[in-house]
Amino acid sequence: MLVIDCPYCGPRNSTEFRHAGEAGKSRDVANSTPAEWRRYLYEFNNPLGWVREHWFHSSGCRRYISSERHTGNNEVRWVVPFGTPAPSTTSDKETGA
Amino acid sequence: MALGNASTSRTPTASVGGARKGSRPARYSAFDIFRRGVTHADWPRSFNEHELKKSYDVVIIGAGVHGLACAYYLAKNHGITNVAVIEKAYMGGGGSGRNTAIIRSNYLTPEGVRFYDRSVKLYEDLAVDLNYNVMFSQRGHLTLAHNDASLRTMHWRAEVNKLQGINSSVIDAKEVGKIVPYLDVTDHARYPILGALYHPPGGIIRHDAVNWGYARAAGHLGVEIHQQTEVLGIETAGGKVTGVRTSRGNISAPIVVNCTAGWASTICDMVDVKMPLVTHPLQAAVTEPVKVFLPAVIVSGSLHVYVSQTDRGELVFGASVDPYPSYSLRGSLEFTEGLATHILELIPSIGSLKLLRQWAGLCDMTPDYSPIMGITPVEGFLVDVGWGTYGFKAGPVSGEQMAQLVATGRTPELIAAFDLARFADGRLVGEKGAASVGH
Ligand SMILES: Cc1cc2nc3c(=O)[nH]c(=O)nc-3n(C[C@H](O)[C@H](O)[C@H](O)COP(=O)(O)OP(=O)(O)OC[C@H]3O[C@@H](n4cnc5c(N)ncnc54)[C@H](O)[C@@H]3O)c2cc1C
Ligand SMILES: [Zn+2]
Repeated sequence: MLVIDCPYCGPRNSTEFRHAGEAGKSRDVANSTPAEWRRYLYEFNNPLGWVREHWFHSSGCRRYISSERHTGNNEVRWVVPFGTPAPSTTSDKETGA
Repeated sequence: MALGNASTSRTPTASVGGARKGSRPARYSAFDIFRRGVTHADWPRSFNEHELKKSYDVVIIGAGVHGLACAYYLAKNHGITNVAVIEKAYMGGGGSGRNTAIIRSNYLTPEGVRFYDRSVKLYEDLAVDLNYNVMFSQRGHLTLAHNDASLRTMHWRAEVNKLQGINSSVIDAKEVGKIVPYLDVTDHARYPILGALYHPPGGIIRHDAVNWGYARAAGHLGVEIHQQTEVLGIETAGGKVTGVRTSRGNISAPIVVNCTAGWASTICDMVDVKMPLVTHPLQAAVTEPVKVFLPAVIVSGSLHVYVSQTDRGELVFGASVDPYPSYSLRGSLEFTEGLATHILELIPSIGSLKLLRQWAGLCDMTPDYSPIMGITPVEGFLVDVGWGTYGFKAGPVSGEQMAQLVATGRTPELIAAFDLARFADGRLVGEKGAASVGH
C-alpha cells in the first residue's frame, strides 16, 4: 500500500489521490508548435527509477502536491505543495532500488 | 514434468532423445505418452542452453510470447535462424506468464479487428503448428452493458465486427441469462444488465503452453533463447544499430527488436527513442477450484471486472490497471476489495469462495490503447510494444508480422496503422472503448 504524506493533511492512503502525471511537462496554450504539443501529449519518460510527479488529493484537501517516488518499489522520498521548489536529494545512482 | 525441469535447470543433462541442435526433435503424440508411460523413458529436453555467440542476424529482447513468436516465424516462414532471444529473467516471466489468457477479436476499429482476428485464426491452428497442446477453448465471450452509453458502444463494436466478418452481436439480458444462468440478470441488481456484446469465438488459452510451445518450436528450428541474460545497452553507429551489450557479453547484430512490454521504455531509452508509453501494474486473482459452472468469459466495463473459469475449476479475475505508474509487482488490498465488491454484484452466489492468490504484471499503456509496432528513427531498431493489458492475444499475429518486417524490410499492411509515427501525425487508433478493462 502506498502512503503519501500530504503536506496539508498528513499521511494518507494513495487511494485518496489521483495521479496527475510526470512533473516538468509544460506547454504554452497560445504559442506551442505542433511538435511541442506532441511532446507534451505523447512523450513520457516512464523511468524505472526516481520520478518527480504530481498528485491531486481528490478525497482530501483537493489540492495539488508534488513528490519524488521510486517506481521500482514505490518509496516516496519527499512530498511538497505544488509549485514549491524540490528539496535537494541524492542522485538516482546513489540510492536506487 | 520434464518441461519444468528443462526450463529451470542450468545444467544441460543428457537425456534420452535430447533435442540437440540439428537432431530431429521428438514429436509429442498420444502414442508417445503411452510408450513413455509403459517404458518409463525420459522425456526429451524441450529447450537447450547455448554459449552466447559474438554475432547474430537478429537479436530479440524479451522472451515473452511476442519475442518467442517473432523468433519462431522468422525461422519458420523466412528461414532466418541465426537469431537470439535475450531474456533477463526467465521465459514467460513477464506479462506472458501473468495474464488472464483471454483471446478475442471484437475490437472497435477496423484496423484493430482485422489484426486481432488474424491472431485468433493463428491460435486456432497453433496446437498443430507447434505440436504442443495450447488448450485453446473458444467458449464464447460476453461484454456486459449496464447503461445506455455502453450498450451504444456494444452496437457500434458489433457493426464494425460484422463488417470484418467477425462473429459478434448484441444480445439482451434474457439471452445473457440463458448462456450464463449464474449471472444476476434481474432488474433489481445495483447495476442491472441491459444486454451484452456476444462474441462466440472468444475464449481462453493455456498461456504458459503458448510460450513454451513457441520456445520449443523455435529452438528446434535453430533459434537460441538466452535466459538470465540482461540487455544493458544498445550500440549504434551513424544512426544504425550495431549490437547490444548484455550481462554475458557483447553481441553484434544489425537488427534489434524490442519485445519487452512493461519494460519497453527502459530499452528505448538506450537508443534515445522517446515513447508514448506509461507502465502500470495490472493485477489478477484466482479462487480455489470448484465444479465447472461458468461457460463463457464475462466482462463488465462499468464494474471494471472480468472473470473466466479454468478447466481446473478456478475462477480467474481481472480488472483495470493500478491507478498510478509503477514497475512494482506488489499486489494491493485495494485491488482485492474492489474486485470482490464488483464480482459479487454480478455473481452473488460465489460469496463464500476463497481467493487462492493474487499477482501483478506490468502493462505498457499507450494513449490510444493500440500497440506500437515497426520501425523507429534508429535504423535496425524495431519495436513491438505498447501491449498494455491486451497483448497476449496478439502474440501470434505480432510475431508473424514483425518477422515479415524483419525479413523483407517493408512494413506489412496489417500493422501499418500501428506505427510509432502515428502520434506525431495525429493518426491515433482509438481502442479505449474495447480495451479499457484489461484483458
Ligand atoms: C494481470 C494481467 C492480465 C492480462 N490479461 C490479458 C488477457 O486476458 N488477454 C490478453 O491478450 N492480454 C492480457 N494481458 C496483457 C499481456 O499479458 C501482455 O500484453 C503480453 O503478455 C505482453 O507480452 P510480451 O511478450 O510483449 O512481453 P512480456 O511477456 O512482458 O515479456 C517481456 C520480457 O522482457 C524481459 N526484459 C525486460 N527488460 C529486459 C532487458 N533489459 N533485457 C532482457 N530482457 C528484458 C522481461 O523479463 C520479460 O520476460 C494481461 C496482463 C496482465 C499483467
Ligand atoms: Zn491533502
